[in-house]
Amino acid sequence: MIRKTIAYASLILFSFLFLAPFYWMISTALKSDDEILQYPPKWIPDVLHWENFGNAWMSQPFNLYLENSLTVTILTTIGQLISSSLVAYGFARFTFKGRDFLFMVVLATMMIPWEVTMIPLYMEFNYLGWINTLKPLIVPSFFGSAFYIFLMRQFILTIPRELDEAARIDGAGSFQIYARIIMPLMMPALILVSVFNILGTWNDYLGPLIFLNDQSQYTLTLGLAQFKGMYEVEATGLMAVTFLISIPPLLLFFLAQRYIVDNSAGVAIK
Amino acid sequence: MNIESVVTHKQPAMTVQPKKLKGRAFLTPYLFILPWILGFLAFTLGPMIFSLVMSFFDWPVVGEVTFVGLDNYVNMFTDDPLFWQSLWVTIKFALLFVPLNLFIALFLAMMLNQKVKGSGFFRTVFYLPSVISGVALAMIWAWVYDGEYGIFNYLLSLVGITGPDWLNDTSWALVAMVIASLWGQGSMVLIFLAGLKSIPESLYEAASIDGAGAVQKFFRITLPMVSPTILFNLIMTIISAFQQLSLALLLTGGGPLQSTYFYAMYAYDNAFKYFKMGYASANSWFMFVIILVLTFLVFKTSGKWVYYEGDNRRGGEEA
Repeated sequence: MIRKTIAYASLILFSFLFLAPFYWMISTALKSDDEILQYPPKWIPDVLHWENFGNAWMSQPFNLYLENSLTVTILTTIGQLISSSLVAYGFARFTFKGRDFLFMVVLATMMIPWEVTMIPLYMEFNYLGWINTLKPLIVPSFFGSAFYIFLMRQFILTIPRELDEAARIDGAGSFQIYARIIMPLMMPALILVSVFNILGTWNDYLGPLIFLNDQSQYTLTLGLAQFKGMYEVEATGLMAVTFLISIPPLLLFFLAQRYIVDNSAGVAIK
Repeated sequence: MNIESVVTHKQPAMTVQPKKLKGRAFLTPYLFILPWILGFLAFTLGPMIFSLVMSFFDWPVVGEVTFVGLDNYVNMFTDDPLFWQSLWVTIKFALLFVPLNLFIALFLAMMLNQKVKGSGFFRTVFYLPSVISGVALAMIWAWVYDGEYGIFNYLLSLVGITGPDWLNDTSWALVAMVIASLWGQGSMVLIFLAGLKSIPESLYEAASIDGAGAVQKFFRITLPMVSPTILFNLIMTIISAFQQLSLALLLTGGGPLQSTYFYAMYAYDNAFKYFKMGYASANSWFMFVIILVLTFLVFKTSGKWVYYEGDNRRGGEEA
């Protein structure tokens, strides 16, 4: 009994601590510019200033940033789904020379800190004339990503091989088996990878920061960071935009919660 | 975390070995993994080698490139107070953040594991902050910490504490960053929860019969059984502490007085603010080596405190 009470008390306390910053963001976004300067702070604004959202959004080219963010997010997701699944299929379904070693290398690349490749990548993309375009953010996703390859390979290993063999007897080649049998059966893994990739790309700040310097190419995160630096900006507007760009990840999380929660835990345990 | 068992995972249904692969068939698997091989060469291995080479050169963005041998590394240690400052900031951050993060996550996971009602709600709440962008997180916390109108100090004042001006106080800015980072790491609760759930109930029942109390059960059963999860999380948090950059860039810009000047920010500044590409490469490689050494040490010592089920080298009791 006491144990349950302690459990509930601490869970409720921590939930408050975890939710309070969100609440504070939304409540600030809806306040008038005078209200945010009141002390003690007001939890609920007198009048809800919904117009703050539109005003803040339109004060900067956030629509353009949105377009860039969408472009990058959609294209990288397509890229990852195609490339990572091909590679995962290769690792999961064939025995070939160097396979285990190469797979170790795939896993090992997850350990490499991004700082190590950041500078040469910048120079490489600069040499290619890609700096200040969205290409550095998009193109690499068409070559697979270690974590997604790992996730998909683990998933393919759970698909019975008899299915492949039956198809092979019917005359299907390896690529057909991949496209017609493995891919449709791999839906849960594909959804999970899409969700992770959308969240990661949408939220990415360092990639855009390093590779983009022209405002017309900015993504939303970069636009928001720059918005903060402008000195006539009020907290109301800042919180309004922060909230708006957090809506897609939050929505996606609610929609795909089961996939994310089950799997992020599962992956770590393996 | 047992990488070897993951890698050499063999399919039980592999009895039908295909005949010796020849010609095109021999190439097929390589064609499938070709995208990764190309990407690895172009975006990982190539850049890594290039970066290592650059670290032995004086390499400005514009102008002459000159070979300087180990000078970059030597200068870092002997002639650059910022190097030591940023290294110290990062270590301080890690020393505060890593244990707190593990402790809170394990604690909350244990509370969730008490068969509470609404555990789905609590899980969602703890996960939520890790879903939004680091930029959004920084924006929110900059406002929460605001010296004049911040809600944080207001809440503290309710319990009689006069909070500092968090982000502008040399002794508190780093603590502020630890707290903000903890907020974004609630997802770790779920990893621990999964670990806890995999502990068989029978172990606790047996312990109860033998007269073990709650404290004993925690130290003799719970802790050893989740030790692999702790190991995994420990490594991940150490690595993330050394790569901490966006929060510093956005919350404090490394200040006040470089009190939140993280190592990653130091390397970033050398590269993209001062354009000392060679020097910054040396910075990055030094960090890479530190991460490798730390990871290696954690793994090396893990045999002493990590308990793997079905591992006969140690008895369950003493683990």
